[in-house]
Amino acid sequence: MAQNSEPNSSGASIKSVSSAASGKAVLDGLTPDPVQLAGQEHFDAVLAKDSRVEPKDWMPDAYRRSLVRQISQHAHSEIIGMQPEANWITRAPSLKRKSILMAKVQDEAGHGLYLYSAAETLGTTRDEMMDALVAGKARYSSIFNYPTVTWADMGAIGWMVDGAAICNQVPLCRASYGPYGRAMVRVCKEESFHQRQGFEILLELANGTAEQRAMAQDAVNRWYAPSLMMFGPPDDDSPNSKQSMAWNIKRFSNDELRSRFVGMLVEQVKVLGLTLPDDQVRFNEESKTWEHGPLDWDEFKEVLAGRGPCNAQRLERRRTAHEEGAWVREAAVAYHQKQQDKQKAAA
Amino acid sequence: MSAQDASQSTAQDTQATAHRWPLWEVFVRSNRGLSHVHAGSLHAPDASMALRNARDLYTRRNEGVSIWVVPSEAIAASDPDSKGSFFESPQGKDYRHATYYTKSEGVKHL
Repeated sequence: MAQNSEPNSSGASIKSVSSAASGKAVLDGLTPDPVQLAGQEHFDAVLAKDSRVEPKDWMPDAYRRSLVRQISQHAHSEIIGMQPEANWITRAPSLKRKSILMAKVQDEAGHGLYLYSAAETLGTTRDEMMDALVAGKARYSSIFNYPTVTWADMGAIGWMVDGAAICNQVPLCRASYGPYGRAMVRVCKEESFHQRQGFEILLELANGTAEQRAMAQDAVNRWYAPSLMMFGPPDDDSPNSKQSMAWNIKRFSNDELRSRFVGMLVEQVKVLGLTLPDDQVRFNEESKTWEHGPLDWDEFKEVLAGRGPCNAQRLERRRTAHEEGAWVREAAVAYHQKQQDKQKAAA
Repeated sequence: MSAQDASQSTAQDTQATAHRWPLWEVFVRSNRGLSHVHAGSLHAPDASMALRNARDLYTRRNEGVSIWVVPSEAIAASDPDSKGSFFESPQGKDYRHATYYTKSEGVKHL
């Protein structure tokens, strides 16, 4: 996780008092700085009340770093997440499906931008985050490194991948960092359309020809385990979780959320008339949680480390898109310049 | 501008990869009769492009009938560290609220 971009504590757009305070505190390592002490006290009180931390508040450096890491990874996931689905825009089976898919991919871009904005309030610039992504230094959700080989994958991604994302994101609407929570509220409002359209694709395929039905089942089989792994490693192997929960960023543990998600899938897959590729799914009456078969965490770590089926392709595409879009950014600046010159000439 | 300043700004420009556009705060009026409410922020080279970007980013589902964009730099904010003293004046002035006046409870239309 340390690979990710570090926050720029000097602050870019937000000239916060907090960064000045934390800078001062370092001057004398022994005596705690009074500004920092007061800041910490206020920060602790805000968390104790389950209130929200806002950009200009004093916050511990580790809290800031952790948020920048999480929010920027989340933003990168939205941006990279456009690719597996954009792959099917030109081949969507109808104009209706094509319009829906384009709207969904556009939403993902929007979600990425909401999240980059939230991360920027912590003093890290958009450029720094973007550079870290294209340089391969930043992480994003491992799920987007799997290929989308059939149209049914659009259904499975909407239903399971976006479904898992919703499970994760709904509690994040209450994250202690105000801008992150607000971005998540916006994202969650839009995300339920994504899940429903995916479910509908699968439902139509499942009620179609034998081949379409097989295609739907195959997609569910392939996306099931990766979507369960989206919640992150098991609780006893998730070092950041505890701290993140103590800071009220994360509200439920990885395993809790995963179990909840499995419970939803179990009911929904019945409506589809398909099956989950896991014969060990059961409700544990004692713990009142859903259990599932073992997941391949070695594979998860491999994909996260950059050795998944599509990692290189995804990054290369992101890099190319960024480079090929350079003329648009330059044109926008030139247009602005021209408008200014015109105004000056008129005045 | 001194030579030092000039060299610093050149260094910054190069680092900014030519597209570090200013930040704009976006306010959306969801319906006639309501105030504009802060929706989020975005980057754009100028106000007209900021408006267009804001439309694409914050009103994809008819969320608004009017948009304001304001350069983030132009916003003056109260100092978060002085929140105690800055907002001190209303403290202990409960008589500014209707709920302070309990003797009229039960009296109709009051």
